[in-house]
Amino acid sequence: MATTELKKHEEGHTETHMAGIDPVTGEYRVIAEGQTFKSVTEEISGVVLNPHTPMGWFAIFGIGGAVATFLLVAVTWLFLKGTGIWGITQPVAWGFAIINFVWWIGIGHAGTLISAILLLFKQSWRNSINRFAEAMTIFAVVCAGMFPLIHVGRPWVAFWMLPYPNTMNLWPQFRSPLLWDVFAVSTYATISVVFWYIGMVPDFGTMRDRAKSKVAQYLYGLVSLGWRGSVRHWMRYETASLLLAGLATPLVLSVHTVISFDFAVAVLPGWHTTIFPPYFVAGAIYSGFAMVLTLAIPLRKAYHLENLVTDRHIDNMGKVMLATGFIVAYGYGMEVFMAWYSASHWEAFMMWNRMFGPMGWSYWVLVACNLVIPLTTLWSRKLRTNPAYMFFISIVVNIGMWFERFVIVVTSLYRDFLPSSWGTYRATKWDYMTYVGTLGLFTALFLLFVRFLPMIPMSEIRMMLPGAKIKPSAVKAGD
Amino acid sequence: MPVREGTYGLLAEFDTPTELVVAAKKAYADGWRRLDCYTPYPVEEAAEAINFHRNKVPLLTLIGGLMGLAAMFLLETWVSTLAYPLNIGGRPTYSWPAFIVPAYEWTILFAGLSAAFGMLALNGLPELYHPLFNAPNFRDGATTDKFFLCLEALDPKFELAETKKYLQALKPASVVEVEY
Repeated sequence: MATTELKKHEEGHTETHMAGIDPVTGEYRVIAEGQTFKSVTEEISGVVLNPHTPMGWFAIFGIGGAVATFLLVAVTWLFLKGTGIWGITQPVAWGFAIINFVWWIGIGHAGTLISAILLLFKQSWRNSINRFAEAMTIFAVVCAGMFPLIHVGRPWVAFWMLPYPNTMNLWPQFRSPLLWDVFAVSTYATISVVFWYIGMVPDFGTMRDRAKSKVAQYLYGLVSLGWRGSVRHWMRYETASLLLAGLATPLVLSVHTVISFDFAVAVLPGWHTTIFPPYFVAGAIYSGFAMVLTLAIPLRKAYHLENLVTDRHIDNMGKVMLATGFIVAYGYGMEVFMAWYSASHWEAFMMWNRMFGPMGWSYWVLVACNLVIPLTTLWSRKLRTNPAYMFFISIVVNIGMWFERFVIVVTSLYRDFLPSSWGTYRATKWDYMTYVGTLGLFTALFLLFVRFLPMIPMSEIRMMLPGAKIKPSAVKAGD
Repeated sequence: MPVREGTYGLLAEFDTPTELVVAAKKAYADGWRRLDCYTPYPVEEAAEAINFHRNKVPLLTLIGGLMGLAAMFLLETWVSTLAYPLNIGGRPTYSWPAFIVPAYEWTILFAGLSAAFGMLALNGLPELYHPLFNAPNFRDGATTDKFFLCLEALDPKFELAETKKYLQALKPASVVEVEY
């Protein structure tokens, strides 16, 4: 993925003509040819400043909003009746809520990976996609964070999880991974929002200066904090961005590690394993990149952003999915291997039951969606640069990763050590409504973002253009 | 800050970053110290040209991170050993390995907030009014595709007519006077 690699046979590639080295910058071209500072600014800010909202936007926002009302209804009923309306019971005390929590937060992780880790690795192709990947992170964390909160039974006293002096003289128990989760997820949400907002401040300056209506000028002016592009400001800004990226990188790894501790610290077969932290993190990135593709492919089509989000971006994301998919495959393989190698009767039974027990079908859905379909086809460059196929793959992987969490939570819990305590799990309509409702909420929030905020970072795209190259000879002559 | 009147400075507009860097270098070499460049994206060379190399954001981040680490670790220790000791599977009340995780998260939380808000504070932002916004070509230029060099009236070398001539010799697209 080095930006300097040369690919001769791509020269004749049609559509965006993305192949080849830019003669001015000497780097692999990721943005289509012929773009200037003005054209990228107009193209990106135009999406937001255009007073005409496309009908399609209203249609999808309407659907998202309508589906989000399922969440409202389900949560209201939950608050009235308690968690008994869900399918959770003994022995499966963690059902959809925890599956959805882990699934959503995993999706969020690709946004941080794109914005932070790829920034540190100087992968400038990320500049086109990092803003909406970060937005995806935040909305995914909003959906994720809700599940443990509504799962606690009495969400109105959820603040008891925080360490604060109170009249009951109670303090939290710092040796529990469930409390670690509180700190990991709240830090993750805060840092993601701050990183996202700081990244948008210069672009808000552009929006303020380009907006025609007074209201827009006023509002963008407020959120731009008076950004005026002084190079002194820019240098501090660049330092802060780099530091935030450097902090977000260990953060994102720690968040899913801590979430995997919720399982791995228990003694249950299927949970009690040291492979969980790396395997959870890789799975998170795998599903997150799938979600970025799910969002990016329709977006670039709807808003004609093919010059900025090129086939090369889709190709690169396909490669990241291929790599993380294989780490996930290794995780699955290791679980099976350890079930045999541990010589533990319980581990072996858990794995047999997971594959061939009454819920064995879910394991094979997971294998088909996460391993068989993506990992056999993503090798082909032709398929990786085919947006329709990549959209299909992204949906498949999203489904597969949801089933991975289903398999981990349910098939480990429902038949543990003592056959007399075996049970089963059946989700109720309230479980489904809550889950589908978060999908609607996510869609609605994302559409608001697309309509009102610049979805591609303009200042970072400008840096990649040939016009941004300083001619060293001219500067020398000026001395 | 007292209300100022009169000229804030002279603003020269350039079409390319290279021209700006050349001009800024020359102005700095000629002894100008109250000057700044304005660009639509970070131009490191322009910052170097006006001799701006280091900033205090990393230091603030370090201090913030250490404060977060210390705050959470001490809180956990105090809660678990003195305020509310609990027997969890017979483990010692001071079980520091378990305390690492929240302390680690708070290190990142405090460091990240210090980096972001420290950067804004050092930049003097939010500052919704600035004299430069009065210049007709500044808005929509400095945040889109133009590059500006501003020589400020506070510089002892500043002399309206002389400085205007000096800036015009740098061959900018335009030079405008900026009022407070």
